[in-house]
Amino acid sequence: MSDNNKAETLMKIKDLKMYFPITQGIIIQKHVGDIKAVDGLSFDIQRGETLGLVGESGCGKSTTGRAILQLYKPTAGSVIFEGEDITTIRGESLRKMRRRMQMIFQDPYASLNPRMTVGNIVAEPLEVHKIGGNAKERREKVKDLLNVVGLNPYFINRYPHEFSGGQRQRIGVARALALNPDFIVCDEPISALDVSIQAQVINLLEDLQQEFGLTYLFIAHDLSVVRHISDRIAVMYLGKIVELTDRYTLYANPLHPYTQALLSAVPIPDPVADAKRQRVILEGDVPSPANPPKGCNFCTRCPKAFDPCFETEPEFKEHEPGHWAACHLYQA
Amino acid sequence: MAVAELSQQGIIARKPRSLLSDSVNRLKKNKLAMVSMMFLLLMVLAAFPFASLFTSGDFAKQDLMANSALPQWVESTAIGRVVFSIIMPNNYENYVRYSDQFPLGADDLGRDLWTRTIYGARISLSIAVVASTVSLIIGTIYGLISGYIGGTVDNVMMRVVDFLYGFPFIVVVILLQTYFKALAKHGAEGSIGQVMVNLNNAMGGMFFLFIAIGLINWLGMARIARGQALSIRKKEYVDAAKAVGAVDTRIIFRHILPNILGPLIVMETLQIPGYIFLEAFLSFIGLGVNPPTPSWGIMISEAAPAVRSYPNQLLPPALALTFTTLAFNFLGDGLRDAFDPKMKE
Repeated sequence: MSDNNKAETLMKIKDLKMYFPITQGIIIQKHVGDIKAVDGLSFDIQRGETLGLVGESGCGKSTTGRAILQLYKPTAGSVIFEGEDITTIRGESLRKMRRRMQMIFQDPYASLNPRMTVGNIVAEPLEVHKIGGNAKERREKVKDLLNVVGLNPYFINRYPHEFSGGQRQRIGVARALALNPDFIVCDEPISALDVSIQAQVINLLEDLQQEFGLTYLFIAHDLSVVRHISDRIAVMYLGKIVELTDRYTLYANPLHPYTQALLSAVPIPDPVADAKRQRVILEGDVPSPANPPKGCNFCTRCPKAFDPCFETEPEFKEHEPGHWAACHLYQA
Repeated sequence: MAVAELSQQGIIARKPRSLLSDSVNRLKKNKLAMVSMMFLLLMVLAAFPFASLFTSGDFAKQDLMANSALPQWVESTAIGRVVFSIIMPNNYENYVRYSDQFPLGADDLGRDLWTRTIYGARISLSIAVVASTVSLIIGTIYGLISGYIGGTVDNVMMRVVDFLYGFPFIVVVILLQTYFKALAKHGAEGSIGQVMVNLNNAMGGMFFLFIAIGLINWLGMARIARGQALSIRKKEYVDAAKAVGAVDTRIIFRHILPNILGPLIVMETLQIPGYIFLEAFLSFIGLGVNPPTPSWGIMISEAAPAVRSYPNQLLPPALALTFTTLAFNFLGDGLRDAFDPKMKE
């Protein structure tokens, strides 16, 4: 991607919230609380970049991806895609908008309908949007797509259970590419795969980005993979982004204590260096998103927490150009 | 690429196999299920197109001079005498008569038991087909809608099912019969009630049975379909279809229905013996088909009072009922094993 394209904002997410209601009662359901899966996210995605989203299990990464694509209706906030707030559109216009944004799913064993052939799975987006010409032309297009993702077009009549995990994930990629989208949410696309296959799929995604000028939101919990593929990285903890910066700065100079702890957990393939370094070991468990702590969400486990952390929520601020963090240590 | 090499070598050149073809192959390996299927197929052929070929063809013809007659071969062959000395009371030779008209003997009105048993299969098999089809169609659609939409709609739809479940079945059938008969008697010429009663009479009393059994048995199927739909709609491939922009009807018919149909058909097959028994039971207590239409239930109820003197009259319908329900059970078990992916070798 050329540099002037990089400066263009493709997507602007403002104060995105996704709460899942907790209800009680069988017939009359009483609303007793909310699971705050995503609690006020704001960030931009530039055209052509890969934004990595990391965090531990249950911190709201996948929910963020789904809320951006309107697979869940966000509770509050806006997702502005090329100047249009897609949280407010519905029905036919939302369906049209879906052509521009696609998703690659986490589990290649669950994301393909076992009763459909590969050809039908990849052709489904074309059929739904009535594009790609007649049935024969669509079939040709599907064969092209299979070629693009490195599968033999001969497989077009096969069923998903006849493939390995890596091959299935390629089918999922082909389906996401069928509509020529601008933006793809990759929801942990490699965490269900074998390590040897992970590299193949990562390289495929990178090649496709080059070829089609795609923009990725890459969700993962594997820090080395995110470092490899992302231009910028956002770190999430309990429904909030705690730090957001480019990949070099994040690894060289992490500001937030949570990021520091996370990075210190990445194994170094050198026993001497690994033994020497200082590990930050977090105590306790992640609090429940239904009942987050007062003040900073991380205050219950933070090794550097001090008074304001237990009182007020830190602001998500730009501390250096392009380096955002939400932490009281740097607020002054 | 390795794939291309393999395909040139012909290693991956086998035909694609769908889950369905895998299941059919597994079913074919199940001997008991295949034998049951053959048995049921023979039964259908014998009861419908070829019934008149190897029976007298007239299940209502009475020969009162030969009432309760034993077949002639019992008296004339050694094996007949041995077999009947086992099933009949000790002194049966003192009071029975023999007739050469009937291969399995006659009932107390002098009607051929063999013919009546074969024609009785028509009722049982029709009930099996109609009741299961009706309950599969209504139950699946109802359950699918309820499970897919979820929330309040689901809650209301399922409470309706619970409510209908609460009705005592026999009372519903009696009410239905009385209601339609009253409609026919007092209603205007050509009214709905009269049309239905005429239809019922033309079918020998089967029509009301269909309605009664169909009305009740979709409830269980609706619950199962709803449960299945609930579990499938959370699958990632349904999310993928939504992300692509597929509309609800497409998701229901392309993604959910094909994935729940297997278990539903299996369940339905396993319920068929229940329907057959239900028909036999209703006919037994006099709410089923109209005489002289033969049904295994009616034949059993007619043979029951004289069971001490003529147990042989009970055997043909009872054995036919037993084997048919067993065959449906074995077939259902086989289907379940074949369609359950966890049983895959």
